[in-house]
Amino acid sequence: MMKRIFFLLSFVCGLTSLTMAQSAQYENVMTKNVALLDDSSSYNPQKLQELANTFERIAAAEKSQWLPFYYAGYCYVMTAFMEKDNSKKDVIADRAALNAEQAAALSPDNDEINCIRSLIATSRIAVDPPSRGMQYGMESAKLLAEANKINGENPRVYFLIGQSLYYTPEQFGGSKTKAKEMFQKALDKFGSFKPTSNIAPHWGEYRTKQMLAELK
Amino acid sequence: MFRINLLLLAFVALPACLWAQQRISGKITDSKKRPLQGVNISIKDSYDGGTTAADGTFSFTTDAKGEQFIIANLLGYAPQEQKIFITGPQELNIVLKSSINELKVVTISAGSFEASGDQGKNTVLKPLDIVTTAGAGADIVNALKTLPGTQQTNDREGLFVRGGTGYETQTFIDGLLVRNPFYSGLPDMPGRGRFSPFLFKGTTFSSGGYSAQYGQGLSSALILESTDLPQRSSSTIGVSVLGVSGGLEQLSADKKGSYGIEADYTNLGPYLDVVKSRFEPSVNPQIVGTSANFRRKTSATGMLKFYGYGNWTHMGSYRPSLEYAGYRELYELKNQNFYTNLSYRESLGNDWRLNAGISFSANTDKIDLDTINKGASSRVKGQSQLGQAKFMLSKGLGLYSALRMGAEYQYGVERSAFNDWHVNYTDNYAAAFLEGDIYFTPRFVGRVGGRMEYSSVLSKANLAPRASLAYKLDSYTQFSLAYGDYYQKPEPQYIRFHHDMEYMKATHYIASFQRVAPNNTFRVEAFYKKYHDLVKTGVDTTNGGTGYAKGVEVFWRDRKTFRNMDYWISYSYLDTKRNYLNYPFEVQPDFAAKHTFSVVYKYSITAISTNLGLTYSFSTGRPFYNPNLPESKFMTQRTMNYNSLGFSASYLTSIRKAFTIFVLSVSNAPDFKQVYGYRYSSDKLRREEIVPNIPRFVFVGMFMNFGTDRRQDILNNL
Repeated sequence: MMKRIFFLLSFVCGLTSLTMAQSAQYENVMTKNVALLDDSSSYNPQKLQELANTFERIAAAEKSQWLPFYYAGYCYVMTAFMEKDNSKKDVIADRAALNAEQAAALSPDNDEINCIRSLIATSRIAVDPPSRGMQYGMESAKLLAEANKINGENPRVYFLIGQSLYYTPEQFGGSKTKAKEMFQKALDKFGSFKPTSNIAPHWGEYRTKQMLAELK
Repeated sequence: MFRINLLLLAFVALPACLWAQQRISGKITDSKKRPLQGVNISIKDSYDGGTTAADGTFSFTTDAKGEQFIIANLLGYAPQEQKIFITGPQELNIVLKSSINELKVVTISAGSFEASGDQGKNTVLKPLDIVTTAGAGADIVNALKTLPGTQQTNDREGLFVRGGTGYETQTFIDGLLVRNPFYSGLPDMPGRGRFSPFLFKGTTFSSGGYSAQYGQGLSSALILESTDLPQRSSSTIGVSVLGVSGGLEQLSADKKGSYGIEADYTNLGPYLDVVKSRFEPSVNPQIVGTSANFRRKTSATGMLKFYGYGNWTHMGSYRPSLEYAGYRELYELKNQNFYTNLSYRESLGNDWRLNAGISFSANTDKIDLDTINKGASSRVKGQSQLGQAKFMLSKGLGLYSALRMGAEYQYGVERSAFNDWHVNYTDNYAAAFLEGDIYFTPRFVGRVGGRMEYSSVLSKANLAPRASLAYKLDSYTQFSLAYGDYYQKPEPQYIRFHHDMEYMKATHYIASFQRVAPNNTFRVEAFYKKYHDLVKTGVDTTNGGTGYAKGVEVFWRDRKTFRNMDYWISYSYLDTKRNYLNYPFEVQPDFAAKHTFSVVYKYSITAISTNLGLTYSFSTGRPFYNPNLPESKFMTQRTMNYNSLGFSASYLTSIRKAFTIFVLSVSNAPDFKQVYGYRYSSDKLRREEIVPNIPRFVFVGMFMNFGTDRRQDILNNL
């Protein structure tokens, strides 16, 4: 009987350690790759493609984690902004949107995912601003409004609104002064913002400071 | 037993340590052996994998062992999954096939120019392009006159395409025919189109070879697709030298419905007080216009749309009489027109789609004619009413192929009166069509179809076959061929007196080559069109007329090469002759020019939010009839060449919360002399030039849009 219990116990322990090893692996790999996104040298199309690939692999293997999809979407939308060839922008944005949708399916009503989707809409404007500005500008703003409703403390929402105000021509409602106010607000929120883990979204503070410096 | 347990524990708890890592490497290329960079290569259900370098190579290590699936994934290519068996280091070479995305699927394009906001379509012009074309005055048809195949026939109503008359071009809104698409005008001063380009999300201008869905146009079809729900609620006001306008568009709270109303008042009186027209107006030209729309999303895929308008026009002029030297002639017109269109579309499931619509329109022209102080005046009245219903079912077959079938019915009433003499008729017209788009491969498509029509007033039926082929050479380039028979009832003024007439007929043959790249478009098209059964007048009115048109057209548009600059160039060569109406034999008709050329140039100065535009149009002289020459010299004389240079500037700004645009536009800015033809008195002794009534028009206007912009809402709520 004793031996039996020991056997069972050892089996259970073994299983737990297996799953623990797996989640430790997830944390490790994610931490390593998310940290790469904090490094400005990662922001070139080639490096971002590599990171997007890594996040997509993790996402595909994990299946139930929204963060790998979220970061894959983030890498792709950043690539879409960098892409100069308008005919390729939509294809990249589509891939970003696919990842964002999968993230949203795992984590509905998520303010961070809304931020990514807002960025995706914004990235599509550049393909043809006169024809697309209205449609995607509205979509982008709507997503940020929803994100703000979900979590009024998310500094990235303020940063993105500021960015949108900064780049939108004045006659379409843009304003450098209002953008500055918004960046200031974002910076305040960044001050009190504590990411739930080191792999939770935490980007944007550096860029906010940059924008504020530019507006001085 | 204990030992075994310990082993088991080690085995279960430390799986990774027991297996050695294996290196997987290799190279990924496309089907033409070119290396692919950025490919995501991975072992299924594991983190292990890598990204290919610029030379297509990859290398990574994995703990996985035994039978595994390896996946290669790259944007624009079909993902590939491959089974491998890992026992030691692996070397893999993988070939990825490009995925068939929309960009690479061919679409039928011969003869048609599409202006739509959709990406990936064969879009040549966008709706915004129509509005910003200098000299076009935001008129769809005027903007289309900068495209190849069209004539600068600005002294007559309608769009003259490839040797056809204005009557040979038909306008369709959401699939339904528009009986009176142009405002009524005065002699030699045709009215502009009744529709604002902003109403339409898609405009397709077909200069021939168009689908069996559309009938009763010998030469050309202008296919307009109305917009769906607006992005937001907004209201607009406009003030210009022509008059005032205002509108309101309301998006429902659930974002599934909207309604809109618009009204405008045009009065050219004040303008004509400052700038004298050639002919003295008998009344200040006035137009009152109203329109209303309603749209409702009835399900995820269903949409119900209503659009209707009513217009009232009053204008007239005194002109020196050609017949009676020293006398003046009055021509005064009152027009009222209204149009309604209700359309519905829905997906029926199983790849079936339904498009249906009904429309009713009515038009009344009352014209007073008088040679002042010389004899009695006369009154002319023309009335037309058209009720119609149409439905179309389409069924998707496989990935791209589709079958379309449908039917339409029109009930038309045509009334006319000269003083107290009335001639009226009604026509019941019915048509059915069937058409299939068959994709042999994604690059190669054929369209075959036919249309059957019956008109009760002619009591005759016709069957018109249509066919086209298109082949895509690469992502951007394609060849197309089109063939079709087109039938049209003769103009009401002939049918009115002769109910036993035949349909007029044209047969089109078109070959085209086009390259639509993201930033430029090149297109060249050759066509041959044979006319049969055109109307002949004389002792008797018959369908004995014949004719042909052939030509080559070139179009080039470039949005990228020069920063902030967009331009397009069209050239049309047209060789056409016809024997119709009172012509003694086949000659080049008086509405057709041999060479037509246009350049449209747009430049934006983003720093000051200003857009500038220039449009230059040229065409060689048109034939005119000089009755003093012998019959053998019929239509042998030509008018001077036509030149026109339009200029426009617009400035965007915001006034308080309103998005505001100031527009200055000048048609025929250098005041080139334009002569469209000559008219002779019946004694052949006097002639007059047909020239524009207002040769140069200066338009100044301001338009404001008060939108409920959500961006403002967000700011206010934070």
